[in-house]
Amino acid sequence: MKKNGPVSRLFIFLMFLFLYAPIFVLIAFSFNDSKSNAVWGGFTLDWYVELFQNRTVLEALQTTLLVSVLATLIATVAGTAAAIGFFNLRGRTRSVCLAVNNIPLTNADIITGVSMMLLFVFTGQVLSQWGIDFRLGFPTLLIAHITFDIPYVILSVMPKLRQLDPNLAEAAQDLGATSFYAFRRVVLPELMPGIVSGMLIAFTMSIDDFLISYFTAGSQTSTLSMVVYSMVRRRVSPEINALSTLMFLVVLAMLIIINLRQGGALRQTRKNGGGPAAEGLLSLENEDLDPSSVQER
Amino acid sequence: MSKELIRLADLKMVFDDEVVLNSINLYINDKEFLTLLGPSGCGKTTTLRIIGGFQKPTSGDVFFDGVRINDVPPHKRKVNTVFQKYALFPHMNIFENVAFGLRINKVPEAELKRRVNEALELVNLPGYGKRSVNSLSGGQQQRIAIARAIVNRPQVLLLDEPLGALDLKLRKDMQIELKKIQQQVGITFIYVTHDQEEALTMSDTIVVMDKGSIQQIGTPEDIYNEPKNAFVADFIGESNIIDGIMHADGVVGMYGKRFPCLDKGFAKDEPVDVVIRPEDIDIVPEEQGQLTGTVTEVTFKGVHYDTIVDFRGFKWLIQTTDYSPVGARIGVKIDPDGFHIMKKSVYSGTFGDYSSYSDAYDELNEGPDAEGGHEE
Repeated sequence: MKKNGPVSRLFIFLMFLFLYAPIFVLIAFSFNDSKSNAVWGGFTLDWYVELFQNRTVLEALQTTLLVSVLATLIATVAGTAAAIGFFNLRGRTRSVCLAVNNIPLTNADIITGVSMMLLFVFTGQVLSQWGIDFRLGFPTLLIAHITFDIPYVILSVMPKLRQLDPNLAEAAQDLGATSFYAFRRVVLPELMPGIVSGMLIAFTMSIDDFLISYFTAGSQTSTLSMVVYSMVRRRVSPEINALSTLMFLVVLAMLIIINLRQGGALRQTRKNGGGPAAEGLLSLENEDLDPSSVQER
Repeated sequence: MSKELIRLADLKMVFDDEVVLNSINLYINDKEFLTLLGPSGCGKTTTLRIIGGFQKPTSGDVFFDGVRINDVPPHKRKVNTVFQKYALFPHMNIFENVAFGLRINKVPEAELKRRVNEALELVNLPGYGKRSVNSLSGGQQQRIAIARAIVNRPQVLLLDEPLGALDLKLRKDMQIELKKIQQQVGITFIYVTHDQEEALTMSDTIVVMDKGSIQQIGTPEDIYNEPKNAFVADFIGESNIIDGIMHADGVVGMYGKRFPCLDKGFAKDEPVDVVIRPEDIDIVPEEQGQLTGTVTEVTFKGVHYDTIVDFRGFKWLIQTTDYSPVGARIGVKIDPDGFHIMKKSVYSGTFGDYSSYSDAYDELNEGPDAEGGHEE
C-alpha cells in the first residue's frame, strides 16, 4: 500500500475536523459555567444536574426509552419472521419483496413522517364514525417506530439466512426434533448474530429519531429529540448541550457495540472460508453502519 | 440378508411438469448395504429424501416394516441421514452434536454419555467431544456426522454422497471404514453416489438409475458382468458396445462373423447389443485374431495401456499390459465369457464407441473438431 502524502493527510484531518468539531464544541460547552455559547466561564456539572431536575426532559426520556425498547423488540420479532418468510419465497417474488423492503430505507424521513401522520389522521377519522377514539399519541408513535425499524432488522438477518446450511434444520428433524424444536435449537442460534445486530441498529434508529416522531407523536407526547428541538426554538441553553451530549454518547456506544460485533462476525466467517455471505455482511456494514449516515437522522 | 425392511411401490415424483421419478419399485432388505447409483439428476437423491421423509412423492407408497409411512414426518421415522455437507450444528461442540438426538429422546445422562463416547470411538475420534465443529477437517466432520446419526440406533442409515467433498485418498479410506461400520452396527445402509467405483467397493446391492427410472438392480458382480442395457454397461466401467445378431444360443454374430459366447435365450437372429469389457480382450498376432484392426492410439495408464483399435471404422478400447505401437495391424481374441449380450434398448447406439476418445478424454472436453484434426 502507498503511504499517504502530506496533502491527503491534511485532507483527512480537515474532513474529520469538519465532521466532529461541532460535536466537540457541543460537549465542551455542556460543561461551561456560563449561559453564553461563546465565552468559557469555567467547568461545571450544573447543566447536567439541572437537566435531571427538568420534568419535561425526564418525561421525554421515559417516552423515548419506552418507545425505543418496545419498537425494537416488536420490530426484531416481526423483522426476523419476515426475513425468514422472504427467504423461503421463490427467486423472483423474493427479490421483489426485498426491493420493496429497501424503499423505506432510502425514502426521506420527512416523507415517511408526513405520510404516516396522514394515514393515522385518516384512520382516526374513519374509526371515530364508530365511536372509537384514535388520535396521534404514544400508540401512533410506537407504530411508526416499529414500521421504520423492521427493514433494518430484515436487512441484517438476511445475510445470516443466506449463510445458513439448508440441511441444518433437516438434520435436526432427522434426529427426532419437531420443526419448532429444530428452529429453536438449531436455526435460531445460527441467525442470532444477525438478529442482535438488527436489534441494535433498530434501537439506535429509534432512540435518536426526530422527524418521523415529530409528525406521528401528536401534541401530548414528546421524545427527547423533540424536547431538544422545542427548547432550541426558544433559546439555545447549555442544558441542551448537556442533553445532546448524553444522547450522542448513548448512540456512539451503541454504534461501537454494533461495529465490534460485526467485526467479530466478519473475522469468524473469513476464518471459516465464508465467501458470498461475508460479502453480504460487508455491504450491510457499509450501507447501514456508516456513522455519518446514522447521525444524519 | 434377511427380511424385507423398506418397500417403495410405484413411486412417482413430478416437479413443475418435470418427471423426476418414474415408477420406482424397490425393496430393501434388513442389514443390507444398498447403493443408488446414477448420474446427477437421475432421481437418486430424491428417492433418498422420500425415504427420509423430507419430500412427499406425487404418487406411490413407501412402506417401512410393512407399514405405510408416506405421511409420517421425518422426526418420527426410524431412519437417520448423513448429509453430503455434513450439516453439523456449528454452535454446539462435538459432544452436543452427537448427543442431539439422544437429548430429544430424554435418554438419562449417564447412558447418554456412554453412548456418545461409544459412537465417537466407532468413528475413530474418541476424546473429541469438547472440540468445536470448525476445528475439524472435512473427513473428521464427516465421521462426526456418521456418529451423530448412528448413536440413535436407527434401523436404516441414509447417506447422501457423504464422501463427495473429500479428496481421493481420504475417500478410499472412508469407503472401507464405512463398510466396516455398517457390518459392526449391523443396520441397513442406503447410500447415494454417482461414483461407480465407490458403489462396486461397498455395496451388497446396487440400483442403477437414470432419468428417474431404475435401469438395473443386482449385486456388484451382476451389474458389472451382466449389464442389462447400454447405459448400465457404459456407466459401470468402460465398455465396447457393438451391434450384433444372436444367431442361436451361444453364437453371436458381428462384423459378419460368428463368435462363440455363453448367453442364450434370445430369439433366432434377434438384433442385440454386444458388450465387451476392455480388459477381456487379448491382443494376438494378426493371423491368429478373430478380428483384425489398426491401433490408432496408445495411452500408458500405469497398470496397463489404454489401446484404441479401429475395427472397420468402429473404435474399441482395449486394456492390456502388452504394448502395441500406433499404426500396427493386430488381431484380437475374445473368450466366450468375454461377450455380454443385451437386448436392444432406448440406449442402444448412444454409448460404447471410442471414436472420440483421446488422452484428454477425462481432463479436457475438447470439441470433436479439434480431436478430429489431431488424429489426421
